[in-house]
Amino acid sequence: MAVAFFYLFSAVLIASAFAVIVSRNPVHSVLFLILAFVNGAGLFLLAGAEFLAMILVVVYVGAVAVLFLFVVMMLDVDFAELRQGFSKHLPVGAAVGAVVLGELGLVALGWQSAPGAKEAAAAPIIAGVSNTAALGQVLYTKYFLFFQASALVLLTAMIGAIVLTLHHRPGVKRQKIEEQNARTRDNVIEIKKVPSRAGV
Amino acid sequence: MVVDLTHYLVVSAIVFTLGVAGIILNRKNIIIILMSVELILLAVNINLVAFSASLGDLTGQVFALFILTVAAAEAAIGLAILVTYFRNRGTIAVEDINSLKG
Repeated sequence: MAVAFFYLFSAVLIASAFAVIVSRNPVHSVLFLILAFVNGAGLFLLAGAEFLAMILVVVYVGAVAVLFLFVVMMLDVDFAELRQGFSKHLPVGAAVGAVVLGELGLVALGWQSAPGAKEAAAAPIIAGVSNTAALGQVLYTKYFLFFQASALVLLTAMIGAIVLTLHHRPGVKRQKIEEQNARTRDNVIEIKKVPSRAGV
Repeated sequence: MVVDLTHYLVVSAIVFTLGVAGIILNRKNIIIILMSVELILLAVNINLVAFSASLGDLTGQVFALFILTVAAAEAAIGLAILVTYFRNRGTIAVEDINSLKG
């Protein structure tokens, strides 16, 4: 059963990864990217990494892919023009792909495990503890500094993205809370003494 | 027949190759290039998780978690730069991005 699911997930993953790079419409590319990530999450589940599978679905499908979709749809770009060099680059791309695949294939099919690799595990998987709990027990103790560093990376990315994309258009009326709060009775109200029967 | 480490390695090698080929094939379209980078990172993650499961070591999954973090940050920053560039120049074709004359 697991074997059948492995082949199903891998086949759909590879097919959709192929569709990402060859489809004419970038919106289709993003949708195939989502399919690829969902199937990658399936592979993670089969490998016993449930937490990472769920994170992949939440972070990639829920955030990154939607961000891509948003940008693709927001930018008014002639994508047909951007695709023009595709057939020109096809021989180079196929050649580089064949070389990379050949080398990776040699590694993937010809590797040997070092003796004692299993015993040298830095954080062995303990039976009876769920994947999420085990990951948390390692992440918040042994790798706590790295966890904090990745939080800093995310904070930097957030600030960077906001600073890059936030811009104030001139001529748009906005609420200025500090000006509203700074108003006092003395500087906004002027009392005029109007003499009677003289008019203003 | 069982699913062993080699199966995962082959799948991730193919996905990695597709990502590399996608960068070369779509040299003009930076959005597809960013998506290809995401594919490459997914292939790397599959490798790490497969080795983690095979060796019984959680460290691989911790690494994959950090790679996910960096990939999300990279996508956010990359797309933000893209949006800003498009707003200023009206194009995102890669060969038009040559202001630095590099």
